[in-house]
Amino acid sequence: MPYRSHYSDHSFQASVFKFRAIVAALICLLMLAGLLFRLAWLQIVDYKHFADLSENNRIRLMELPPTRGLIYDRNGVILAENKPTFHLEITPEQVDDMEATLEGLSEIVSISDTELERFREQLRVHRSFQQISLRTRLDEQEVARLAANRHRFPGMDINARLSRYYPQGELTSHVLGYVGRINQKDLSVIDEGNYRGTTHIGKTGLEKYYEAELHGKVGRQKVEVNAQGRVLRVIEKVAPEAGNDLTLNLDIELQRIAEQGLGEFAGSVIAIEPHNGAVVVFVSKPGFDPNMFVHGISHKDYDALQHGMYKPLFNRALFGQYPPGSTFKPFVALAGIEQRRFGVKESIFCKGHYLLPGDETERKYRDWKKEGHGVVDLEESVEQSCDVYYYELSYRMGIDSMHDFLAQFGFGKKSGIDLLGERRGLLPSTDWKKRVHGKVWYPGETLIAGIGQGYMLATPVQLAVATAALASRGEMIVPRLLKEVHVPKDDTIREREPSRTMIKLRREKHWDVIFDSMIEVVHGPWGTARATGWGMKFKMAGKTGTAQVFGIAQDEEYDEETVAKKLRDHGLFVGFGPAEDPVLAVAVVADNGEHGSKMAPIARDVIKRYMEKYTSGSSTVSKAK
Amino acid sequence: MISTSTQFFESDYQGRTSRFLRFLHIDPILLASLLLLMAAGLGILYSASDGSIELVQRQVIRLSIAFAVMFIVAQIPQHTLYLWAPWFFAFGIILLVLVLVAGDVGKGAQRWLNLYVIRFQPSEMMKLVTPMMLAWYLCEKPFPPKVSSLFISLMLVIVPTMLIAKQPDLGTSLLVAAAGIFVVFFGGVSWRVLFGSIFTMLALIPVLWQFMHDYQKQRVLTLFDPQSDPLGSGYHIIQSIIAIGSGGIYGKGWLNGTQSQLDFIPERTTDFIFAVFAEEFGIMGAMVLLTLYAFIIIRGLYIAANAQDSFGRLLAGSLSMTFFVYLFVNVGMVSGILPVVGVPLPLVSYGGTSMVTLMAGFGMLMSISTNRRLISK
Repeated sequence: MPYRSHYSDHSFQASVFKFRAIVAALICLLMLAGLLFRLAWLQIVDYKHFADLSENNRIRLMELPPTRGLIYDRNGVILAENKPTFHLEITPEQVDDMEATLEGLSEIVSISDTELERFREQLRVHRSFQQISLRTRLDEQEVARLAANRHRFPGMDINARLSRYYPQGELTSHVLGYVGRINQKDLSVIDEGNYRGTTHIGKTGLEKYYEAELHGKVGRQKVEVNAQGRVLRVIEKVAPEAGNDLTLNLDIELQRIAEQGLGEFAGSVIAIEPHNGAVVVFVSKPGFDPNMFVHGISHKDYDALQHGMYKPLFNRALFGQYPPGSTFKPFVALAGIEQRRFGVKESIFCKGHYLLPGDETERKYRDWKKEGHGVVDLEESVEQSCDVYYYELSYRMGIDSMHDFLAQFGFGKKSGIDLLGERRGLLPSTDWKKRVHGKVWYPGETLIAGIGQGYMLATPVQLAVATAALASRGEMIVPRLLKEVHVPKDDTIREREPSRTMIKLRREKHWDVIFDSMIEVVHGPWGTARATGWGMKFKMAGKTGTAQVFGIAQDEEYDEETVAKKLRDHGLFVGFGPAEDPVLAVAVVADNGEHGSKMAPIARDVIKRYMEKYTSGSSTVSKAK
Repeated sequence: MISTSTQFFESDYQGRTSRFLRFLHIDPILLASLLLLMAAGLGILYSASDGSIELVQRQVIRLSIAFAVMFIVAQIPQHTLYLWAPWFFAFGIILLVLVLVAGDVGKGAQRWLNLYVIRFQPSEMMKLVTPMMLAWYLCEKPFPPKVSSLFISLMLVIVPTMLIAKQPDLGTSLLVAAAGIFVVFFGGVSWRVLFGSIFTMLALIPVLWQFMHDYQKQRVLTLFDPQSDPLGSGYHIIQSIIAIGSGGIYGKGWLNGTQSQLDFIPERTTDFIFAVFAEEFGIMGAMVLLTLYAFIIIRGLYIAANAQDSFGRLLAGSLSMTFFVYLFVNVGMVSGILPVVGVPLPLVSYGGTSMVTLMAGFGMLMSISTNRRLISK
């Protein structure tokens, strides 16, 4: 270093230092510029990206599920409501000693091991300020006990949530159906957007049929959350629109009368206002407690329902297909006189059995009365339910013309009632047999069909609709459970026009012929339901029926005692009243009810109560158009 | 530009006020910029703490204590600092060993020495004592330093650094090492040796990696790919970067940073407070803040360049550069270009210990600055 001697060591050092200080300062500035470059990169170049990320951090969209619409009967009695149910929930961050709390709580209310296990699992995955459910559906006593001990358990809450409740339980189970948790299958058919936040959906019955009315429209809110996910404030809110309320045509009091009338029997009772199709009673017994399904039914309970005596989950009114038996006779009689195959006053002689003309096997088609009814005309044939009369009648008509006429009354096709899954029954014809069985129609089968047996099948709903068509002298209505829809959003009522087609008779007088014969069933001296008619204050027209569960072989004695109860005949009754101006048509089908005459009082009681409630002495029947 | 700023730097000792300040051993320019920085810091802290007056008050108390320390240190003549340096250093090393043997554990590291009256972090003191020691050692040696004195200097840096790294406290050991190395740099080590050692250091990184704790390794790994662990160690960096980026040019406004106010930024009153600032004031605010820091650093280097003797120069230069390292490491960490090491944003982050050390350092700078003038006049 030659320069060193020119400078004093001190000043040389100072100048080296100064140079290095400047270098250091420059390096500092350069590195700070680097930092600024980095910041500019984040804050200017990638600003949009990070602004979005920060918005996504703090904004959450939350769905607000709508309140499900309520269901009332025609008089405003609530049938399906949203009831608060109480749940025991824990906020972990407020609990000092979780184990002690759990132990203490299980002394007060019963907490199962599975519930504890589920709780512990939730505890791991939830944030500490989020409430975790420990017990659902506390009963009133449990709520009271918990409330009294609340001070001992900080972090414990009893929360109310709305859940579907059916106060009438079994009585309305087959009409209303029930709601249940949305499952994978439901998801494939619903508008998922509108069901965000909704947990339950109509699974069966009206709850399913009118799901779109009942559900409502989901609301949304934008909330600001912090890093832990806690909601700090609501930024924007679109309130949910509650579902529409339904008012049914059903009268719960009549429903109960009908249900109790069936007594021990499993069966169905359908009552319809003949002029507008309003379904006033819809009973399928046994029912089940639909409330069990709302919170998820246990396997054990479900099995019990599924395989229980008479299958309580089976909606027999809608899905049950029965041979109509003798209840079919008034319709066949009407077909006979309308098609001029039989005179109104024409008689036959019943000797207890019938031989098909030209049948060389000489098979005897038996009457239910072994000794026969003697000379029988139309009125007597209905009154006494003479089979031989109808063998002759259907023989003369032939199956196809019988089919064509009776199809007008809705046999063999869906009634169109506002429930899903309805069965169509079966009104046989030669075409049908060829199509389905690939076989020719035998004349003997016509005779069997003529007394409502054999291939012939009808659901209780179909029977009721056909009876209503009789009662209204040809108004073929579509039965409706729903009366009106109340839209809470604008507080308006929507009603649906009843839909009907008219059955035109060749002679209007024929209605009276059938009416008279059916009145005789209840009020005539030989009427099969004459026991019911005694002391009645109004006139009811009706027809009993007994449908064989299985065929009784030729000449075999039929002994009720020895036939197992489940194999006993079905008892049926169709009727309407008052006969002069019918206000209600009823069909009763009792599984293994043995005889239709036992069912007539149910129809009578329902009609009687209906008249007391709605026609109040004067016969002001609301005849739509 | 340079002439006006020089004039500005020089023209401050006119008038009665400046004479009074000189008497108090206060450098008014440094003082003014420090006050400005602290005021800004309190503003950010208020926002970062969700408007906690209590927290701000506690910080004001700490700042006052730090100021008192600065004022007291400023009164200590430079010569006294020179005389104390080796004793302090020896004392500091003993304390560091004590910490490792009998220290309190806090946050998973053994950093504290419980003196029953106060809990004391000896590593903090080494940030000042190490450069003092090196300046003391190098200023007496012939210029430029020989290889033997460089070797001894290196040992003087490595011993406290390793002791602190062992606690483990990566951030502080880094700052202590930097402080020592800056003395060597200003002490006139040749460029060749300087670059040579830098390359050697780079070559030694894999070796160093072996000695690092798992969490330290994780931090470095996270830096290169924060998304690899978005909810774990990457979370801090991701949220901090989102905060800065979403601040944009002008920021979201004071008290309006969503990332800050809604707890998304972790440690936002302490190590990550810069993210809060950048979110609420944008790049404009960041530029102003960095300029203020740059001004303080350059003022420190200016004081160093004009120091009376070699000891003052080396110490002042090192302290200024350490302040810069603080700033760079913190902002670099918060903006995701350096690994997460526990280095606060100097004089802004909430917390006491580093503040006192920093202000003691500025006290030394002021002592060095005013010493010169008293002697030269």
